[in-house]
Amino acid sequence: MNLESIKQTFLLESEELLAGMEEYLLQLEKDPGNEEAIHAIFRAVHTIKGSSGMFGYDNIVHFTHTLETMMDRLRQKEAVVTPDLIATLLKCHDHIETLVEFDTTAEEGQAVPEEYSQRGQELFSELSVFFQGGKQSVTVKKEESAKPTQPKTVEPLQRPTNGIQSPYWHISLRFAHSVLADGLDPFSFIHYLKKIGSIKNLYPVHDSLPDADLFNPEIFYLGFEIDLDAQTDDEQTVRSVFEFLEEDATIHIFPPHSASTLYEKVFQKLPESRERLTGILMKMGTLVPADLEQTSSDSPAVADAGDVEETEPKIKQSTKDHPEKKKEVPAKTSGKEEQSKKFIRIEAAKLDLLINLVGELVITEANISQIAKRENSTAMLEAASAMDRLIEELRDNVMNIRMVQIGETFRKFERIVRDISRDLKKEVELLIKGGETELDKNLIDNINDPLMHLIRNSLDHGLEDPEDREAAGKPRKGTILLNAFHDTGSIVIEISDDGKGLGKDKILAKAVERGLANKAQYYSDSDIYHFIFEPGFSTAEKLTNISGRGVGMDVVRRNIEALRGTVDIDSTEGKNTIISIRLPLTLAIIDGFIVTVGDAKYVIPLDMVTEAVEVKDIEKNSERGGNFISLRGELLPYLRLNTFFREKNMGSERENVIVVTYGQQKAGLVVDDLLGESQTVIKPLGKIFDQLHGISGATIMGNGDVALILDIPRLIEHAINQQYG
Amino acid sequence: MDSEMYQQEESQYLTLKVNQDYFAINILVVKEIIEYGKITRVPMTPHFIKGVYNLRGHVVPVISLASRFALPIQKITKLTCIVIVEQEVEKEKHSIGVIVDEVDEVLNIPPEQIEPPPTFGAKIRPEYIRGMGKVNKRFIILLNVPKVLDIIDLSNFKKHLTLGHEGDRAE
Repeated sequence: MNLESIKQTFLLESEELLAGMEEYLLQLEKDPGNEEAIHAIFRAVHTIKGSSGMFGYDNIVHFTHTLETMMDRLRQKEAVVTPDLIATLLKCHDHIETLVEFDTTAEEGQAVPEEYSQRGQELFSELSVFFQGGKQSVTVKKEESAKPTQPKTVEPLQRPTNGIQSPYWHISLRFAHSVLADGLDPFSFIHYLKKIGSIKNLYPVHDSLPDADLFNPEIFYLGFEIDLDAQTDDEQTVRSVFEFLEEDATIHIFPPHSASTLYEKVFQKLPESRERLTGILMKMGTLVPADLEQTSSDSPAVADAGDVEETEPKIKQSTKDHPEKKKEVPAKTSGKEEQSKKFIRIEAAKLDLLINLVGELVITEANISQIAKRENSTAMLEAASAMDRLIEELRDNVMNIRMVQIGETFRKFERIVRDISRDLKKEVELLIKGGETELDKNLIDNINDPLMHLIRNSLDHGLEDPEDREAAGKPRKGTILLNAFHDTGSIVIEISDDGKGLGKDKILAKAVERGLANKAQYYSDSDIYHFIFEPGFSTAEKLTNISGRGVGMDVVRRNIEALRGTVDIDSTEGKNTIISIRLPLTLAIIDGFIVTVGDAKYVIPLDMVTEAVEVKDIEKNSERGGNFISLRGELLPYLRLNTFFREKNMGSERENVIVVTYGQQKAGLVVDDLLGESQTVIKPLGKIFDQLHGISGATIMGNGDVALILDIPRLIEHAINQQYG
Repeated sequence: MDSEMYQQEESQYLTLKVNQDYFAINILVVKEIIEYGKITRVPMTPHFIKGVYNLRGHVVPVISLASRFALPIQKITKLTCIVIVEQEVEKEKHSIGVIVDEVDEVLNIPPEQIEPPPTFGAKIRPEYIRGMGKVNKRFIILLNVPKVLDIIDLSNFKKHLTLGHEGDRAE
């Protein structure tokens, strides 16, 4: 693995953790008593600190370390969760994001800009306000509370009478054999020790080295005894170096002048004999004979001994019964971590390749079916149909891999809504519905920006100030609802707000002013609303830094159209605005209904087809004055594809009308022949056809011919434009 | 790619026959030459877009060079072929098939043998000409491929459909 790809992993992991942290912060804001959220935030900060430490990103380590301490104090209820505290913590979150981005993109040796550390300092002083009286008083408190995990600081003066003479910290490290396999580099921890002090003595304990023929290069056999001259007297500082090793090593830390009884206790727990250990420590000068003599005088060092006791289970786990450890670990991890193990991160390109291959398989299978039909071999037909079934299943499953729940994307907006509404001094609640609705990952990636624009618009233009809302008889708090659901083969995403709605007259006036509309002409509501998608269109009287410049809505429409989707607006002035985005479920494979028009084949997405009816002499049956037929008494407008596409007229007497439904609309397509259903792999038509409306792609048929896939909504829109526009 | 870069590229050119005329294109943009095969017409497109072709599972647009140059279209013969050319737009490579009546030969035309295009007198629009290559005391038109096959321009259906007329069925 090269460094770049590891960095990439770090970046992805941090992004994920930061996203989680943000989510929990927002949860905490809503529910200040949520301890689980505080723990989760603490864990996120802690993990980021650990992994940045491995990369030597000292600035992140430094910042997260202090933040972690603060979070720990929050855990101890030393501060009250208030919206302001959350705001500051969110800023800290953003700062970590900045740092991560800087560190992962910075050139080798590039200095960290001064402003970053300054910003860090600012944030800390902002934070410390929330912890009553700042740092000092809390330190006192900490000593009073005497938590077992954080032993009392050992002051040289308060040295226990039976303490050893060595003025150094002593660290006894025994790594688990699996430490390398777990991806940790034992030496990086030892190097890291140098950051907090200087290593005076280091003795490698190689007793567990096997005979050469049993030696396994993937197993780490060494242990270390280290004397450290640290500038700190806080055991936590020293212990924190090994935080990430806790599962993978047995660590004993002895503050300077620890009781020799403490050493004795530890000796019993280490795999080496007491004689061997004292020998090593004597050699290192950690212990002198005088120290050992004291051990016999049994003095109680209760607190310290308790500390050793606490690490006992770990010794068992990591050194002795190793296989057992693997079973135990999942039980220990919290629900969230466990869940994350169920997921594998895959490079998108690999998935694309797989989908392409399945696509090819679908085409090949269609080819085989055709041959089987031609040869008229029953056995082969049967085999082909079995294969067809399997491929269909395979296809569905592969496509499913790409499907992602939209909820995560929605939740990202919570923060944006929160921040912007604060800026605008509005009270806004974001509601999310249908978060479990799944859609193609590609779509998710591309829907983010349009959604962002629409939400900003709702916040800025849609929702009124609390006072105005009250005056209008609405609750002070405005609501934005993000809703997603499936509807006839597409996914619909709605962004609605209960704000002041769109001013129809204002928009129309503006459109006339800009020459987009004609005063004399009649426009339906939907026509009028669509003017806001025109480039540069804005009715906002004043610009804000959030929106109002009139860029945006046209970009929104373009982005969505690029995904073969449509946007619709509905609004009641003074009450609400609903913007619905309709997108295809996936971009790669569809079930198609194949028809012929002239001698060309076309594919209609099957989920839009409601029925196919055979009509004799359509023209004669047409309602007077237009291309309508009566379908069981219902008026159905139709489009004759043959004429519209200028295909050869085959002069067939019988024609078929395919009834298609999309959204609220129904239409008929007159085609020459029906060839039936087939899975179709959508192949892009290429950039040249970017401006071709009505055809969304192509597919390759079993015989190698290319058939075009119809984009029904846009085809009909195009036909309407041609007819009236 | 701009024309300067082209000049530094190798000076090998593929000569094509379109209608009665010969044109040359730099060999570096040519991906492959294939036999004329079944082209699926795409409705609602300008006349020079003949349709799409299945190139080993990829759908590739096919353009008639004769129509693009507003020259009379020849009948499909055994010599008719599709030259697959690669074009780059916004850092993405796109393959385009070009129908020509015949591919002739590969010529070596060093840069010093290339003269600037004439201001008028050629059968095709001057912007489509990169230069005139001198081969055996005769001139051959070197096509400005990025211009001739400018994807942004080709895809401007609105412009082409208002100017000309929609393509009819490819027979």
